[in-house]
Amino acid sequence: MRKLISLILILIIAAAVFFSLREIPFGTTRSRVREYYLDNGIKQTGAANIVTSVVVNYRGFDTLGEVTVLFLASIGLSAVLYGKKEEKKRKRRESSLILYTGCRFLFPLILLFGAYIFIHGHLTPGGGFQGGAVIASGFLLTMLGCWGWEGINRNRFKITESISGLVFVIVGLLGLLYGGYFLFNFLPKGIPNQLLSAGIIPIVYVAIGFKVGSEIAGIIDDMVRCG
Amino acid sequence: MEFLENYLYYIASFGLIFIGLYIMLVKKNLIKIIIGLSIIDTGVNILLISIGYLKEGTVPIFSRDNLLPSRMVDPVPQALVLTAIVIGVAILALALTLTIVLYRHYGTLNVGKIRNLKW
Repeated sequence: MRKLISLILILIIAAAVFFSLREIPFGTTRSRVREYYLDNGIKQTGAANIVTSVVVNYRGFDTLGEVTVLFLASIGLSAVLYGKKEEKKRKRRESSLILYTGCRFLFPLILLFGAYIFIHGHLTPGGGFQGGAVIASGFLLTMLGCWGWEGINRNRFKITESISGLVFVIVGLLGLLYGGYFLFNFLPKGIPNQLLSAGIIPIVYVAIGFKVGSEIAGIIDDMVRCG
Repeated sequence: MEFLENYLYYIASFGLIFIGLYIMLVKKNLIKIIIGLSIIDTGVNILLISIGYLKEGTVPIFSRDNLLPSRMVDPVPQALVLTAIVIGVAILALALTLTIVLYRHYGTLNVGKIRNLKW
């Protein structure tokens, strides 16, 4: 009975969606804002990657809100997990020599790759969010692979996260001071397609990379310890 | 054939969304409901990206000189989706954490048995 009701409900929604989407064929985007960003983006922000200039510069305030959502999710997660019970000492088997050595060999390379992705965010595909996720996957590898290695201090994740969040907000406030509005691109734009170009965009994206990486690594760390 | 060419991405994304919705409505295990939530998330991301697509368009990156702005895909949905993916991961982690706490408290993952919920 429940299945039947759900199926009927989904069919009704599907019919509504079908009749509305029939008017928008695939591959014919008509948004005006796209033309504006593509025509003026490289002149106004200096970043070769228009997606990055949309994320950090045109919609930087929105990105600040999304980073805040991530922060709230991680805070809520630790508040719920550390509510009553102290952290349990689980029985862990020491990882074998091959796994341990492999993890310790791969870990710095993964960190380097993540840093490359977010430093070059304004030139190539990628950026702070993706690079941060790659860095967090490196921490996940050490947490799953190197059971014997207790080298990660939880407080350092929180400190990194707070400092990088502060950098984002302070850069935005400096824009308010110099240019009159929040996240104003007050540094020189430079020549496009060079590493040191696009003003505040690389600074903000590196801050976002550190913040996302330490936040997701902290989430994984909480779940591994207390889950 | 032309129908498939025009609507394949919409069919795929809404297929994923409806599969996830069906899972969330029908299944009783909390872990399965969270899996359904994650599938809906993926479907919505594919939908946003495919709405911004332009036929035979290129990536919106001016890495060479001879790239035309009129042939590039829409950068706005891509910017929204790249943040939405990370937010989705955080929401998934929060939901799983709440599930852990519910399991500690009630000793079951069945939604029907928790507080005698009837649906």
